[in-house]
Amino acid sequence: MKKVMTGFIAIVLVSILILVTINRLNLSQGYSGADTLTVFNWGEYIDMDLVSQFEDETGITVIYETFDSNEAMLTKIQQGGTTYDIAVPSEYMIEKMLEEDLLIPLEHEKLPNLDNIDGRFMDLPFDIGNQYSVPYFWGTVGILFNPELLPDKTFTSWDDLWDPDLENGILLIDGAREVIGMGLNSLGYSLNDTDREHLGEALEKLNQLTPNVKAIVGDENKLLMANNEAAVSLAWSGDARDIMWENEALTYVVPEEGSNLWFDNMVIPKTADNIEGAHAFINFMLDAEIAALNTEYVSYSTPNQAALPLLPAEMVEDERFYPSAELTERLEVYENLGREMLGLYNELFLQFKMHRN
Amino acid sequence: MNKKVIRNLYMAPYAVWILIFVVAPILLLLYYSFFDIHGEFSLINYQRFFTPVYLKLTLSSFWYAALITLISLLISYPTAYFLSKTKHKQLWLLLIIVPSWVNLLLKAYAFIGIFGAYGAANNFLEWIGIGSRQLLFTDFSFVFVAVYIFVPFMILPIFNAINGLNPALIDASNDLGASKSTTFRRVILPLTFEGVKTGCQVVFIPALSLFMITRLIAGNRVITLGTAIEQHFLVTQDWGMGSTIAIFLILIMFVIIRLTGFRKRGA
Repeated sequence: MKKVMTGFIAIVLVSILILVTINRLNLSQGYSGADTLTVFNWGEYIDMDLVSQFEDETGITVIYETFDSNEAMLTKIQQGGTTYDIAVPSEYMIEKMLEEDLLIPLEHEKLPNLDNIDGRFMDLPFDIGNQYSVPYFWGTVGILFNPELLPDKTFTSWDDLWDPDLENGILLIDGAREVIGMGLNSLGYSLNDTDREHLGEALEKLNQLTPNVKAIVGDENKLLMANNEAAVSLAWSGDARDIMWENEALTYVVPEEGSNLWFDNMVIPKTADNIEGAHAFINFMLDAEIAALNTEYVSYSTPNQAALPLLPAEMVEDERFYPSAELTERLEVYENLGREMLGLYNELFLQFKMHRN
Repeated sequence: MNKKVIRNLYMAPYAVWILIFVVAPILLLLYYSFFDIHGEFSLINYQRFFTPVYLKLTLSSFWYAALITLISLLISYPTAYFLSKTKHKQLWLLLIIVPSWVNLLLKAYAFIGIFGAYGAANNFLEWIGIGSRQLLFTDFSFVFVAVYIFVPFMILPIFNAINGLNPALIDASNDLGASKSTTFRRVILPLTFEGVKTGCQVVFIPALSLFMITRLIAGNRVITLGTAIEQHFLVTQDWGMGSTIAIFLILIMFVIIRLTGFRKRGA
């Protein structure tokens, strides 16, 4: 009995100690106020020198935190423990955050540099009039492949993936919208199609792809493609860019039938404490020169038109990441199809995953 | 009378605990399962469960869970048996349990490396002359990794059962002229059956709803009920359907435990 009591007391004491330490640690970070600004962004998604420059110019201290998925970011902002002043969600997450009333409207008169953004990337369906968000980087969904492993193959169309020679060689992304969208696009339908017949056709077509599918994975495709485990993968252009740094043999193509156009956007969440500073930061990042420097560092596609002339020509003329106007016409942003349709997309995706030839 | 009151008082915290953490969640699942995607009361989810998609999903989950349990048992029983005969039992047991302290995800990622096209497993196959082949994202690798993860949980209860066996009973069996195999079949096996049952339940139930390694190791070529539940809660936000699948899992588990668990042997 005495032993049990000693053990019990020891556990309680250790717990208190840990609790106090955690509180101390929390106090020393994430403390926002008038002269601090908490920025919540994806990892490796900003040139930190620019953050220092912003601090020097404005006297605001920036606290920089990172997340690795939209869902993780959403959870943290919902909890509201930290006063995040800026966050960078993807477009579908903005709709979700709006539904949950987690965003503060932007005051456009405080963002004169907003004019630098290419008109093509403004006023998009997920945020009409850019009331809540400003595009930060954009990209596409396409085919990442290794010409060294497939010397006599070219990829220009989604249909090229159905080539019988690619048996057990393709990696897909574990996302219903991406995969079903690919099926729809390959048939010439919109990736926002809600016609059940068209969706059925897409599933039928995708099922024929099964022998070629090696795996349906998440972020692991980066690792697998970098290590030459597979020769072809469905990929987001941003990820493709990252993997191409790792494995220079790889290249990326946006199929001619069209594909998805995605955005990561700067927003001011409801947790913000320094709204003035947040606007200053967004405006700073929209500056042509700053955006150019940031783009050179991150190397994703920038929506900042004024920054394009300041970037190295081989970067902005790379049609893989800055597709021609003609192709851009055929790119579509995901629309919020409503819960029922999203449910249907997921059930079809489930059926596709279960299909074995 | 007074004693009874005090005893009930002592019981209270446990009763509250069970109410909040066992009864309430199940009732909540049941409640959610009656709502369709628009939040309206309906039985559509139950109807949907009996469509080919979910029935196939259920069958394949059970098939893989059964396979994983069977292989784990085939590996674990002899291991536990020989373990109980070794000199430094506790040390060996510790060595078997240590891997279960390592985070599951970390182990899964390690296996991606091992089973990869240029990984250790293929290097070995190349070296012994079989030649490299596709290991990752196959049924084999999925079952292999799952068995690797679950084996410690199967060994422990069986080891405890064998270790707790009274050696005098085995001596008696030998003295009465039973051969080694008869002793094993008629004495050791029935007496350690409780351990086997516990082990099987401890492995089978989580194996049914494995979901992380279905993606990492099997590349979503194997789909379990766990994957479907995860999707419904996180992606589709169709909590009703997710709950319905969970309810069916609970029902089926209940039936299985009923069929296998409570039949007392020769009491």
